Amino acid sequence: MPDFAWIPKMALRDFRKNISRLLLFVSSIVVGIAALVAISSFGDNLTGDIDNQAKELLGADLVLENNKPIGDQPIDSLATLTASEVNFASMVAFPQTGASRLTQVRALEGDFPFYGKLETIPESGDADFRSGGQKVLVEKVLMAQFDAQVGDKIKVGNLEFEIAGELQGVPGQTGITATVAPAVYIPMAYLEETGLVQYGSRVEYNRYFQFETNTDVEALIKPFEEEWEIDRVDADTVEDRKRSTGRSFENLSNFLSLVAFIALLLGCVGVASAVNVFVKEKLASVAVLRCLGVSSRDVLLIYLFEIVVMGLVGAIIGSILGTGLQFILPAVFAEFLPVEVSVRISWLSIGFGVITGLFVSILFALLPLLKVRKVSPMATLRPETADSTLFKDPMRWLVILGILVFIWGFSYYLLGQLDWAFGFTGFVVFAFGILWGVGQLIMWSVRKFLPITLRYTVRQSLANLYRPNNQTISLIATIGLGTAMISTLFFLQSQLLEEAKFADKEDQPNLLMFDIQSPQLDEVREKVLSRNLKIIQEVPIVTMQLNEINGIDKRENEELSEEENYSRWMYNREYRVTYRDTLIETEKIVEGELIPYGARGDSIFVSLSEGFGGDRMKIGDEIEFNVQGRPIKTYIGSFRDIKFNQISTNFIVLFPEGVLDQAPKFHVIITRTNNDRESAAIQSEVVREFPNISVVNLGAIVETLEDILNKISFVIQFMALFSIVTGILVLISSLIISKYQRMRESILLRTLGADSGTVSKINTLEYFFLGSLASLSGIILSFLATWLLSVFVFEMSFRPAWGAAFGLYAAITLLTIVLGWLNGRKIINQPPMEILRGNG
Amino acid sequence: MNILSIQNLSKTYQSGNRKLTVLDDVNFDLAIGETISIVGPSGSGKTTLLGLCAGLDSASSGSVVLNGASLEKLSEDQRAAIRNQHVGFIFQNFQLLPTLTALENVMVPLELKKRKDARTKAMELLEKVGLGDRMTHYPTQLSGGEQQRVSIARAFANDPKILFADEPTGNLDTETGEMIERLIFDLNKEKGTTLVLVTHDTELAAKTQRIIHIKGGKIQEDNHA
Repeated sequence: MPDFAWIPKMALRDFRKNISRLLLFVSSIVVGIAALVAISSFGDNLTGDIDNQAKELLGADLVLENNKPIGDQPIDSLATLTASEVNFASMVAFPQTGASRLTQVRALEGDFPFYGKLETIPESGDADFRSGGQKVLVEKVLMAQFDAQVGDKIKVGNLEFEIAGELQGVPGQTGITATVAPAVYIPMAYLEETGLVQYGSRVEYNRYFQFETNTDVEALIKPFEEEWEIDRVDADTVEDRKRSTGRSFENLSNFLSLVAFIALLLGCVGVASAVNVFVKEKLASVAVLRCLGVSSRDVLLIYLFEIVVMGLVGAIIGSILGTGLQFILPAVFAEFLPVEVSVRISWLSIGFGVITGLFVSILFALLPLLKVRKVSPMATLRPETADSTLFKDPMRWLVILGILVFIWGFSYYLLGQLDWAFGFTGFVVFAFGILWGVGQLIMWSVRKFLPITLRYTVRQSLANLYRPNNQTISLIATIGLGTAMISTLFFLQSQLLEEAKFADKEDQPNLLMFDIQSPQLDEVREKVLSRNLKIIQEVPIVTMQLNEINGIDKRENEELSEEENYSRWMYNREYRVTYRDTLIETEKIVEGELIPYGARGDSIFVSLSEGFGGDRMKIGDEIEFNVQGRPIKTYIGSFRDIKFNQISTNFIVLFPEGVLDQAPKFHVIITRTNNDRESAAIQSEVVREFPNISVVNLGAIVETLEDILNKISFVIQFMALFSIVTGILVLISSLIISKYQRMRESILLRTLGADSGTVSKINTLEYFFLGSLASLSGIILSFLATWLLSVFVFEMSFRPAWGAAFGLYAAITLLTIVLGWLNGRKIINQPPMEILRGNG
Repeated sequence: MNILSIQNLSKTYQSGNRKLTVLDDVNFDLAIGETISIVGPSGSGKTTLLGLCAGLDSASSGSVVLNGASLEKLSEDQRAAIRNQHVGFIFQNFQLLPTLTALENVMVPLELKKRKDARTKAMELLEKVGLGDRMTHYPTQLSGGEQQRVSIARAFANDPKILFADEPTGNLDTETGEMIERLIFDLNKEKGTTLVLVTHDTELAAKTQRIIHIKGGKIQEDNHA
């Protein structure tokens, strides 16, 4: 039985002399725990706020949505208030400048939102807009882009409106939504006059309801749901919105926690590495204790007790920091939040942080700490026998297994999917494995191939890399992984932007006009050609819905089991279809063939996008479409692989020619302009004459993409910062730990006659090599990750960002040199005798 | 009555493909209260013999019976318990725990024995070795001689039946070394402890009742005074 009174006493005695060093160990986990607690607290508060502000998320108690006018509903009479909205994408123009852009036009009637309000500048803007007259509210993103002022004119379709207010916030809408599709609110009374709702326009009709307080909306709508289902009316209640918003933020919060977890894991490597040095220094004392009759178990317990105390201290400090840190998170995530987030102390998150911190410090410290069990008392007489290899120690393998199970378990808790958790664990093991391997390889090469002809300072600094306790490997792993994370994000972001810009090459289209009505087609075509521009694609589009798949209609499909039925979405969506007998550049046949109409009797063979309908759909399946009320029976003739990352019209369903030629349709024209000015000119001319036509140019897409990526990457870089800070802390702690050894070496060198310049040069070079190795390993890993993501996820060609890579390499190496120099300057500036006497 | 009995003791190490014999068939007995020196040139196996006698290491063959217990049959932790109960150590490089004060260093064996009077006893011992005024000092704050005195106090703290000393004066100047020798022998006499001394120093060895000469892992001579 261990002596539980004596073990803590011994631990605390040992502690007095080691407290500052042990604090360094736990500093590595502080940042990771802080990040975890901050994210967890933030998530907790967000969940609470989503609950509290659920009605503001929707703005009403119930919303009905459809892509055709909703018409009178029996539920209308049960509501205390109703409002309607018709929204669609359309161009708006600013007559003062002639500039135009695609926006989301929302025609509003009634007092929506019933909960929350449209926030405007000036504050009276909303009331002014609703007071009647040709007035609109315009999203602030748009106002800023076109330098528009309240009171200016804006043209929506055929009508000119006065801007009554700049829209700052809409209930339930995030900053990102406003960036992607900035809104312009117009009064419903003027919708028809704008002339924008025409055939082919993708229009969404919403009706908002408010009921008596305490109405059970879910129960109230129950009797109507079946009818709505048939009419393809989507009903969204506060509870539905709360669930979906909560779910997406839970996913976000879990993803961010995973990033924080990576920072924590880096810290854990720091803990293991620092405890390893600590243990090595304690081996002599352990041998003495063993000599005096202390059992191996009790020796382990003494040092474990110290680790537990320090782990607890680190976890508590981390939790306190994390709780403080969550105060700035609402600002960081501002663009993504649909509700106002309050900041409260989350005891649950603090508890989670403390337990996690304590657990990981014990788990990762045990790996080196187990060594003390194997120290022979004989080491008091022969110190060289004290350090033993743990390779054959089964307990060590058990701890390694424990670590893997912990990583898997934690990621499973966050990701909720077995295979993802395995993937994440695999990635962590792989990344550490690669970095460890790189570190080992470098050390081995330096030992093996270090040329004697090199200058002494270079040789000595390289040799220092494999000095015992130098922690070179762990530094390469921690700094390397931090660098890898940051640079992968960096590279991927620039890769995506480059890819978008790359699309703007000689033969690629860069301007797309859609919603062209058949009578407008000739004139639009003429306008393009008159500017000597080439029409790259001219595509007719017919809208339709799906009636049956293999004889199963929507209602029958509802009754089939989960395994047998087709996706409900396939029945509900509206299909925009074109017809042609040839493939375009962005697609290729992966199965079957394109069969022209008439080639096989009067059967119509369509071509579907690969993967449409999952693996349930196969060649020869029968699909009945509903084209403007007329059923058309078709068969699947082929599947196409479509590249969606170019400006082009891509279609999930492709009909052969000769079937839809007479159906009502609208058109898309794709062209290529030579420069932005030409794009703006033709855009302006077309929109002025045909306000219903929407024009998108590549420049605008790149701009929006850049904007979104900036917002996303800010958040991700903020999170990656935790890993970098952890890496720096591990670096600082390992520099301090090895300070004594460096001091002795410096004394020796200076005693042998080396001047402070030489010593300083050796140290600086050593930090330079260390920083270079760590950052280069990380950058190589990130190139690998970016390549994998580019090729397999984003399906684009990989172009290494050499400039950014060099910038990162230089920054991290410089940081290592500066930190090392700050740590060592005291040694260099003192005379050797001072240090020998112990006054250093 | 023997406190230590060594029979056919051998210790070999595997060095690559070579088998290295450090001790070869060593036999001797030690009576209670006897003082003995083990002398011999560097690499002769003195330290290995001391380690085996004290139960710090296990032999390749042969037996060590310490205070009636056959050490080869015991686990390392069981041998640790025996060390705590019956054995004291003094080392050439003092081997004090650097994070403990002088007093705490001396208290450790007593606390391990769960003695309630650990503090008083340790203080008495430190007074006895002349360090009454240095009790709260850490090893780095003490001179070599002072550190060895703390180590002696610690060695006698658990009233050991046998004391093993490895070159106890090896790291000290002549004057301090003589003072330490006196202290060891005085305390040894006072407590009636058996003393096993490993040394190069023939003068020091001459102060013990018996000298074992060892060379190449074998006992060359076993001289009784």
